Amino acid sequence: MAQITIKQVAKQFGKTHALHSIDLTVADKEFLVLLGASGCGKTTLLRIVAGLETATTGEVWIGDRRVDKLAPKDRGIAMVFQNYAVFPHLTVYENIAFGLRMSKVAESEIDKRVKRTAGLMHIDQLLQRYSGQLSGGQRQRVAVSRALATEPDVILMDEPLSNLDALLRMEMRTELKSILAESDTTTIYVTHDQVEAMSMADRIAIMHEGNIVQATSPVEVYRNPATRFVGSFIGNPPMNFLQAKNLGDGWFDVCGARMQGPRHDASELELAVRPEDINSTDSHGEGDWQGIVKVVEPLGSHLQVTCVVSDQQCRVVMDSDVIVKPGDTVNLAPVAERVRWYDANGDRVQ
Amino acid sequence: MSTESTVVTGNQRIAKWSVNISIVFLCLWVLVPIYLLIANTFSSPAEVNAFPKRIYPSFDTESVRFFMNFYGVGSALWNSFKVACLTMIMSIAVGAPAGYALSRFEFRGKNTFRVLVLMTRAFPLPLLALPLAVMFIKVGLDDTVLGLAIVHTVLALPFAVLITFSLFSGVPVELEEAAWTLGCNRLQAFIKVIFPLVLPGIAASAIFAFVISWNEVFAAAVLTIEHRTLPAFLLQSLDDAPLHLKFAGGAVLVVPALIFIFMVRKYLFSMWGIANR
Repeated sequence: MAQITIKQVAKQFGKTHALHSIDLTVADKEFLVLLGASGCGKTTLLRIVAGLETATTGEVWIGDRRVDKLAPKDRGIAMVFQNYAVFPHLTVYENIAFGLRMSKVAESEIDKRVKRTAGLMHIDQLLQRYSGQLSGGQRQRVAVSRALATEPDVILMDEPLSNLDALLRMEMRTELKSILAESDTTTIYVTHDQVEAMSMADRIAIMHEGNIVQATSPVEVYRNPATRFVGSFIGNPPMNFLQAKNLGDGWFDVCGARMQGPRHDASELELAVRPEDINSTDSHGEGDWQGIVKVVEPLGSHLQVTCVVSDQQCRVVMDSDVIVKPGDTVNLAPVAERVRWYDANGDRVQ
Repeated sequence: MSTESTVVTGNQRIAKWSVNISIVFLCLWVLVPIYLLIANTFSSPAEVNAFPKRIYPSFDTESVRFFMNFYGVGSALWNSFKVACLTMIMSIAVGAPAGYALSRFEFRGKNTFRVLVLMTRAFPLPLLALPLAVMFIKVGLDDTVLGLAIVHTVLALPFAVLITFSLFSGVPVELEEAAWTLGCNRLQAFIKVIFPLVLPGIAASAIFAFVISWNEVFAAAVLTIEHRTLPAFLLQSLDDAPLHLKFAGGAVLVVPALIFIFMVRKYLFSMWGIANR
């Protein structure tokens, strides 16, 4: 059992607060992704769990052991670093065997486990090479094998794929996901790449300015962003945000259309809708917007169309077969059950 | 030869020639004095003073034999060796941990400390010599190999600290952290990961300390009487000696340092960033 519990962990570097009282539980065998822009504190949080950084306040538990006072080696973790950190003076074989030798595993068992994990990561042909003779992707495989070989309760990954080129990254993403799903480890994976997060995670924890703003399944994060920030951070093209004047009784004026929303006191809210949740229709219905096409970007599978609706910008995804050109007026019908509302603080209103 | 290199533009040709000329010039700069030194050492006393010179020495070993049999040379050579070895060991033993601390930890006064380390080189030794001699006599360190080695260590330490600082800074901290997460404590991580990676550089900076001590003459002359190192001994005895003996003494001083540096040249290269993986 390796459930990770982070209790009110805060971290200060001098006068800057890197983390504000983080509470987070990662279930046994769960794959949790910490997602956020650079400088949001996600790596700091990971390093606190690893023991490479000490929290200013708070507790970290792995299983039923409190670990925040323990050295990294006593926490039952393994870590994969962004720059791989493959030991240059050791062969691939010795790199993978390193952790096993430290825990005094028998030589025959070391050999077995090195060959097994190397086979898993398809580097069994490279065991006698040195890190200088490997490509970036191969080094990454060595780093992952090395972490897996010790059969840790917890694997911590700090942007492990961000130094790889796009194609390799996609390949490794799939491979890592399947290998980690088969192992019994709990994984915390740090990334700033939302595609990586969405595609790999059981659960995504989105961090912003030292806080976790939402921690839930990838689809939930995408469909129901807890804050305006999450909505704008996840999704490409980003979510549309449009001003909504409160008319009272749960009715709003959005870009000249009357729309039903939540009952709220504020004179103004913001309506949020994803570009693919807006249909362009031929007939004008109630609650539809009139948009003027500014830019059309054909992306093969679909068109990304940027429109202006009452002086506000709104992106719409259309089918590639639709014939549309800049200057055209289009009728836009947002899908009512996919529309979300946010207040002036950026919090969701329901 | 690849096809690109057969097409050489004028600029590249000039650049290539200026590099070649610089190389030749630098080699001559180093080799000519050494050649003259060696050639004169292996010439008979008459030839040394004669003019014009012969290009090839006559391989007359009279000066060298005379010099080596000169009373005190052997023991001075041995003293020099002992002092240099001790200096080497002490400056690394003290300097490397300081270099490690400078590269890995943030602490108050770090920058001041770095400047102070260099400042010790700016402090004139002659000013220090008399009080130092008095103090050494009080403690009983005067005229000992250890006493002189301590002074030489102080001279070599700034280099040891700064060289090892840059060595340790060159090792990514992630390697150390990876070792920690794989079951090492700080010391084990240092021994198993950091030390093998910096060993060539450590060797080079040790040699550097050795050479500093080997060449140092002032402190050696002030602080020793009976147990003189070679440079101090030569300073004392060769001042009035004939020219051919000066050459022989010079050669005896230069050759061991040359051989030593030649032996560790591989490590010196790696210290200057020409990797040997």
